[in-house]
Amino acid sequence: MGVIFDHIDLWAVALRNTLLLFFAGGGIALVLGLIVGAMRVSPVPIARGFGTVYVNLIRNTPLTLVFFAFAFGYPQLLPSPGYTVLAIWALGIYTATYVAEVVRAGVNTVPVGQAEAARAIGLTFGQVMTLVILPQAVRSVVPPMMSVFIALLKNTTVAAGFSVLELGSVRAYLSERGENALIVLLWVAVIFVVLVLILSFVQRRLENAWRIAR
Amino acid sequence: MTSVLYDVPGPRAILRNRIIGAITILVILGLLAFTVYRFASTGQFSAAKWYVFSFASVWEGIATALGATLAAFGAAAVGSLILGFILAIGRLSDHAAVRVPVAWITEIFRAVPVLVFMMLLFYGLPYVGVRMPPYWAVVIALVVYNGSVLAEALRAGVESLPRGQREAAYAVGLRKSGVMRLVLLPQAVRAMLPVIVAQLVVTLKDTALGFIITYPELLYYAKLLMGQSGRPIIPSIIVIGSIYIAMCLLLSWFARWLEKRTRRSPKIPPNVTRADVATHDITQTQLIATQNTGYDPSKPSRR
Repeated sequence: MGVIFDHIDLWAVALRNTLLLFFAGGGIALVLGLIVGAMRVSPVPIARGFGTVYVNLIRNTPLTLVFFAFAFGYPQLLPSPGYTVLAIWALGIYTATYVAEVVRAGVNTVPVGQAEAARAIGLTFGQVMTLVILPQAVRSVVPPMMSVFIALLKNTTVAAGFSVLELGSVRAYLSERGENALIVLLWVAVIFVVLVLILSFVQRRLENAWRIAR
Repeated sequence: MTSVLYDVPGPRAILRNRIIGAITILVILGLLAFTVYRFASTGQFSAAKWYVFSFASVWEGIATALGATLAAFGAAAVGSLILGFILAIGRLSDHAAVRVPVAWITEIFRAVPVLVFMMLLFYGLPYVGVRMPPYWAVVIALVVYNGSVLAEALRAGVESLPRGQREAAYAVGLRKSGVMRLVLLPQAVRAMLPVIVAQLVVTLKDTALGFIITYPELLYYAKLLMGQSGRPIIPSIIVIGSIYIAMCLLLSWFARWLEKRTRRSPKIPPNVTRADVATHDITQTQLIATQNTGYDPSKPSRR
């Protein structure tokens, strides 16, 4: 425990930044992912096309490369808002593709009869989506969505390659202070196991609470 | 692929869809045009920025780096498949003494980020006197992480098989190992093939983490290129990015092809391939839609 308490200042900043990357990146991913997911099930062929291109391009790019583009490429084009903000955008844009896929799969799990019945009583597309399909889709989407966020949490460590102080890069800072890298990294691993266990617990709770009887 | 959420559009809906389509195009073209404009105005398309790519030695370097990426990917893919089978069989064991520890190991392996595991092997192990080359740190970390993910997929595959399969296998006199080896695992592997290949795409992408622990793969070489004269940062990202996207698209395409083939097979009950909402696209909605009405939801027709 000495490694943690002797350098509690660094660990606190690292943990805070990891959580910042997680929540801010997750927020961007949710908003963007919902838009792209909606595009992919929309009746407009062009919107579907763009959604597909976006998902396929970004999903097949390593996250590290997305980080690369943001950390080194972006400052070439526009003034840089700082590595942490860029890392948040990289995480958000990458994770949004997974959110979009989960949203699309969730919409597709709603039985066809639901949409047909809703249309039969005269609801418009907007009403079918907001009143009938989405409330059901959201429930079936919870477990895979939480898996996406667990992956996002682990992916925050990639920011270590791009000089953002978070749990993945805390080793580099502590090595300068002469700490044993093995012990530091083991603690990092333990923290991640705990954080992931918390998320899995939330996932199970939501899954049980929101299960649909069909 | 969409579900049957909307009617065949009438004249007004067609008009509205066209307007929304036009707006979408305008917004996206606007974003693209702005990016290209910034690229052009900061000289990213100038000959000086692309100069390095006119050298054969640079392309040789890219080829070497690509080789390093593929070497790590190949070893990690084979290793994680082997580990995945071992862990899956362990988790399905009848003996709690085997099942419980294996379950814990799998959960912990999945919870630790790949990069942290790589750093643990590369920066951590020297403190106990083991010096590990970056190649092995990358491969072992990928094997451990993806192996435990694959183990979960295989276990889900076995557990989603109808109980009758196992019972019938015991009834014809097979032993436990035979039931697993000859009856359950082959079916689980076939049902889970798309998931397995999708995980291999993840493995391929994750080799790019190797550059953080100085493994000389594609991204590491991209960073080297960026330091060359003219600082071709955007060109390097474009070139290396295209290589990654091409490789992953090939693998993804292979996964989709496999999925289509296995779905056609009458030997697999349809409920097995729907084990995971996130990774499987076909749904009851679509199945019913295509079977009952002869209406292909992926092509909204303009009847």
